Amino acid sequence: MSSKLPKPDLATLPKKAEARDLNFFYGQFQALKNINLPIHDRRVTALIGPSGCGKSTFLRCFNRMHDLYRGNRYEGEIRFHPDNINLLGADIDPIEVRMRLSMVFQKPNPFPKSIYENVAYGLRVRGVKKRSIIDEKVEEALTGAALWNEVKDRLHEQANNLSGGQQQRMCIARALASDPELLLFDEPTSALDPIATASIEDLIHQLKDKVTILIVTHNMQQAARVSDFTAYMYLGDLIEFGWTDDVFFSPTNKQTEDYITGRFG
Amino acid sequence: MSSTAAANTAESAGNRMRYRANRHVKERVIELVLMLSALVAVFTTLGIVYVLVKESLVFFRAVPLWDFLSDSQWTPLFTDAHFGIGVLLSGTLTSSAIALAVAIPLGTVIAVYLSEFASDRVREIWKPVLELLAGVPTIVFGYFALFFVTPLLQRFIPGLPGFNLLSAGLVMGVMIVPYISSISEDAMRAVPMALREGSYAMGATRLQTALRVVVPAAFSGIAAAYILGISRAVGETMIVAVAAGMQPNLTLDPTQPAATITAYIVQVAKGDLPHGSLGYQTIFAAGLTLFMVTLIFNLLGFWLRRRYREVY
Amino acid sequence: MKTLTAPVREQMRASIAAQKRRELLFSAMGFAALFLMFVTFVALFIDMIGSGFDRLNLDFFTHFASRRAEQAGILAAWVGSFTVMLVTAFVAVPIGVGAGIYLEEYAPANKLTAIIEININNLAGVPSIVYGLLALGMFVHTLGLGASVLTAGLTLALLILPIVIVSTREAIRSIPGMIREAAYALGATRWQVVRHHVLPYSLPGILTGVIIGLSRAIGETAPIVTIGAVTFIAFLPESPISGSPPFVSFDWLMSPFTAMPIQIFNWTSRPEAAFQQNASAAALVLVAMTLMMNALAIWLRFRLRRNLKW
Repeated sequence: MSSKLPKPDLATLPKKAEARDLNFFYGQFQALKNINLPIHDRRVTALIGPSGCGKSTFLRCFNRMHDLYRGNRYEGEIRFHPDNINLLGADIDPIEVRMRLSMVFQKPNPFPKSIYENVAYGLRVRGVKKRSIIDEKVEEALTGAALWNEVKDRLHEQANNLSGGQQQRMCIARALASDPELLLFDEPTSALDPIATASIEDLIHQLKDKVTILIVTHNMQQAARVSDFTAYMYLGDLIEFGWTDDVFFSPTNKQTEDYITGRFG
Repeated sequence: MSSTAAANTAESAGNRMRYRANRHVKERVIELVLMLSALVAVFTTLGIVYVLVKESLVFFRAVPLWDFLSDSQWTPLFTDAHFGIGVLLSGTLTSSAIALAVAIPLGTVIAVYLSEFASDRVREIWKPVLELLAGVPTIVFGYFALFFVTPLLQRFIPGLPGFNLLSAGLVMGVMIVPYISSISEDAMRAVPMALREGSYAMGATRLQTALRVVVPAAFSGIAAAYILGISRAVGETMIVAVAAGMQPNLTLDPTQPAATITAYIVQVAKGDLPHGSLGYQTIFAAGLTLFMVTLIFNLLGFWLRRRYREVY
Repeated sequence: MKTLTAPVREQMRASIAAQKRRELLFSAMGFAALFLMFVTFVALFIDMIGSGFDRLNLDFFTHFASRRAEQAGILAAWVGSFTVMLVTAFVAVPIGVGAGIYLEEYAPANKLTAIIEININNLAGVPSIVYGLLALGMFVHTLGLGASVLTAGLTLALLILPIVIVSTREAIRSIPGMIREAAYALGATRWQVVRHHVLPYSLPGILTGVIIGLSRAIGETAPIVTIGAVTFIAFLPESPISGSPPFVSFDWLMSPFTAMPIQIFNWTSRPEAAFQQNASAAALVLVAMTLMMNALAIWLRFRLRRNLKW
């Protein structure tokens, strides 16, 4: 991003999370191979690579979505700070993990409820009952997702009536309402038109001061626009990781260079 | 060469046209036959309405509609004849209420459990078992209510008569469970995984996801299942005819014997009433009442499905 | 951003634990509900077998009903059920499949189609005894068919028509549109597409629906009681084939009849314990018949799902 300023040394940057020797298997198939990757605190890290490279699989390890389906297996760990727990640890409840991390999906997936109830969902799940607290949090989250002004007069309308871009911003608000420590985006703009995409990218810019963001994208320009760090993956391997402008302008790996310059992928 | 070729072409064009005409006629005839088959459904409904209304009109010429609706006695075959449909309706209502009190909670819990909690293996075993249960003829359930459930209940409720609405209603409830669970489960399974993932990603448990996201999303299908259950309960005949007795009885007490609308029709049809007598026509008036009640529920179900059609 | 202090984490863990307890409770409820259904099913069987198994011998199948319980059998009943099913299948299958094909492959999106669809939906929810009243008013009296095999067969055919139509439509709908397009592109007419592609590919699905419909029909009691089926019958319908010209006879269609469920109903309403035993035995036979048909349908569908590779 800010290539003019001297870049701080990576080792001194605080980390929010860190994958260590992470392997992942769908049954017999190994989808991730020995991934080691830091996620720096309050920065945006982008995962890029051709389809099937394992970037979404990697993202979904963080909030243990793979636990929902049978036959999936993790090896290695994802350290999560400040309390240095292993997100993949057998002693850690996936629900506890998901209460600390939020996720925004590829296609907007509003629940068949009102806008208000959608955003309040995380609080309701956590057993928050007090109306004034929920009201306040819903407004805060919708404001944070740059949607408040558009929907404040129709909070109790069905969320399905919103446009695609609005739905996705509402899903971001839903993710923000529970104060996540890490926000996961799984190709959040792949189902949206260019204008809606731009508004989501703006939003990511604004959010990164408050929350750590990990974003999977198939769109390299998007990675270049929104992220501080970029990781390039290919066939389950992490090929290259570094400052986004380093990865884009002076990749150290030939494969990365071929992908970025469009010679492959 | 050119002349023969031209002749050939002309001839084959003629053939082709004749062939096309034949083909056209054949296609039209087939389409017409198929359409007539589809229209059988319409004719059946018209036939039902025609028969019920025609015979009921004769009946209502002899018995004022007001008496039919307000009389508190149902004694159509006595010399002092009374025709209060409320008496039969009370039996239908009580037995249906018991059945639904069993079938709706059980059916819903089973549907949620099979759809959201059970492993694929468990589901693949239980779904066919429930379907088999739904395939048991109702006369067999009636037999079961009379000879097994009633004696069992009599141990806990001393003085329970051999014919009673409770036993019939309970067994009817068990009979309806598979209908409700199967349709509700289908509706819940049709909810896209993306919605569930959205909920799980917020830290929701299976139960929270099931009750707060999946059930509301599948609401129209579940409502349709309940309405089908109500329709079944109201129209069920053999269980009540066998186990609840055929005594008209104006009561909402489940421990009493009482005839339902359906049981009454069976009772009269089993006897040998002359065609055209007032007694014969009562069963059509009773049938019309039954048809109207189930029609209302069917339309309600149709409307619900329309109104809450899922938009994913 | 929230900072995760120890008390906050403890609170979160406590709330998760509470939710998990509820979840466990619900799982137990679900399992209990299934278990209750299973126990009922088992009780039904054990009760029937306990009371009726002794009566199940060859004589039971080859004797007519009798005033003496020990000599009574179900010959007239099973023959009656069989002949009625023959008529039902003969009527319901072509009409139901035809209607299904029409609605999926031919019907334009107009008012008439909408009316037909609403009618089918509604008919599926009409109580079976109302079909009995239709048959009593229409077939028995207006058309003068009497309480015959033909009347019963037609009545049950109308009753299961929605089942056959709906399963035909589902089977047809599962055929991908590209198969049709491929055939049309080769110049096939609509009927050719139906006959060469749609029907053969949907046949197992249709068959499943037909079997389920027939198993429903064979256990139906109310409509046949309503048309006035005779409960005591000591003869069989005329044989359809004879040694002398014209060799084939349709008199059996107009024959009075009884059927399995009627026989059970009749025996159930007798006070003597010996007749109750007969009722159990006959019920056992009827349940075995319907369960076998249902199991066949479930198995067919299971195989179908496994073999289907579009």
